[in-house]
Amino acid sequence: MSIRISAPDTASKNEVIELKALIQHPMETGYRRNNRGEIIERDIITTFECTYDGDTVFQARFHPGIAANPFLTFYTRATKSGTLEFRWTDQNGQSWAETHSLTVK
Amino acid sequence: MSKRVTLSRRHLLAGLAGTAALPVLAPRAIAQTNARLVVIGGGFGGATAAKFLKHFLPNTSVTLIEPNETFVACPFSNLVIGGQREISQQAFTYDGLRALGIDVVHQTAGDVDVDAHTVSLLEGGGSVAYDKLIMSPGVDIRWGALEGYDEAAAEVMPHAWKAGAQTSLLRQQLEAMEDGGLVVMSAPLAPFRCPPGPYERASLIAHYLKTQKPASKLLILDAKDSFSKKPLFLEAWAKLYPDHLEWRGAADFGRVVSVDAPTMTLSTDFEDIAASVANVIPPQKAGEIAERAGVADETGWCPINPLDFSSTLQPDIHVIGDATIAAPMPKSAFSANLQAKFCAMQIARQVAGLDLEPTVLANTCYSYISPDQAISITGVYSNADGQLASIDGAGGLSPENADDSVRTAEAAQADTWFRTITQEAFG
Repeated sequence: MSIRISAPDTASKNEVIELKALIQHPMETGYRRNNRGEIIERDIITTFECTYDGDTVFQARFHPGIAANPFLTFYTRATKSGTLEFRWTDQNGQSWAETHSLTVK
Repeated sequence: MSKRVTLSRRHLLAGLAGTAALPVLAPRAIAQTNARLVVIGGGFGGATAAKFLKHFLPNTSVTLIEPNETFVACPFSNLVIGGQREISQQAFTYDGLRALGIDVVHQTAGDVDVDAHTVSLLEGGGSVAYDKLIMSPGVDIRWGALEGYDEAAAEVMPHAWKAGAQTSLLRQQLEAMEDGGLVVMSAPLAPFRCPPGPYERASLIAHYLKTQKPASKLLILDAKDSFSKKPLFLEAWAKLYPDHLEWRGAADFGRVVSVDAPTMTLSTDFEDIAASVANVIPPQKAGEIAERAGVADETGWCPINPLDFSSTLQPDIHVIGDATIAAPMPKSAFSANLQAKFCAMQIARQVAGLDLEPTVLANTCYSYISPDQAISITGVYSNADGQLASIDGAGGLSPENADDSVRTAEAAQADTWFRTITQEAFG
């Protein structure tokens, strides 16, 4: 899975920062059929979570209606220097994560 | 299989694209009409429409309102950017239309008064009255829709999506660029003029880099993941330009979200890319006059009834060409030309009190993949309950993994097509 994150490296205290996260994933709905008429098995990411120095700052639940390669943009307040972790988990419990360190001056 | 597609397509087009297929009007009905017919916009749609209105209704007055004395054609302008043609070869005048008795007025259409049935003229003042109006306004750029891309930015990062000075500017920038530079193209989401156009242009720029500036590269940043003739283009690029062209779709983070002209930077959601030459193909809308006339809807494009290309928003106004919502029929010169002939025929039949003919339309888009090789896509369309729809099994694409001779033959067909369509519209 290829992941892209956009987050600032530094921010001033209490600044509202923009975070963007994209994961390449087919988000197969389980409703489509292949060219032999067979159902293509459902394969979706079900949850996304962003933690900031261990605290959850953003969470999302995904359903089959979400398009392939889900892309999220959200905001949080820079309170202290720490690690941002972005984690996606699929229907089978497999997960992928990426981290980014933020320095607050 | 592929041969059969090509043959049936040719057979079909021979019927559809020629005037021979358009039903003849009863001579008496023609003699009795003296309607005032006005066309706004002298591109492939408008020039053809004026010509065919005059052809079908020789006793009527036909006025064409077009600000420019010279028309510069978009089709084949990618060959100017690639260095195969001169921009002067893209220029056409309206002398041919005048010789047919069409009143060509070189002014800007100001406002359309739909109640009074008049079109005001900006420079000269006054107005022109119409009984039936055909608008072929083409496209305008949605300035500001892409952050940082305004008219000033377009002088630095040309769009070259309206042929003329912008085309020459992009060519000059490519010529001036030092070997080793990075050319970046930004391609928009549909709908936009000429769906395969960005990828034909990319092919010809890559050819120029490969042969003249081999240490340079072209990067296409695309807002979408699929595009017209994609498998054929990808095949051509892998074969012809493996070291000189890279395409990045939306799934590969290719969507450009903002540009900065002073620093020649294009930004995606995750990356800032500095370009030596930047070709920004921006989001578009119907030509501005469409908004002023009230024929464009909230999408910026013009809804039409496929029965006769009449506007669904205003009476006695028909809209043709790139400005229309005609999908799956693409925004192309071929479409505009055929829509013009069809619309002129239906208007002539209405004016003459005859029943309308059923809607059958077609389109072929040729794209050069190198200076002497081309690929094509053809579609055939009918009116399915007020929406244009592709006729299943008709039309087709150039075969994949074909011999060079197939591609060379299509380039020759493309050349013939260009000479034919420009002759038909302006000759």
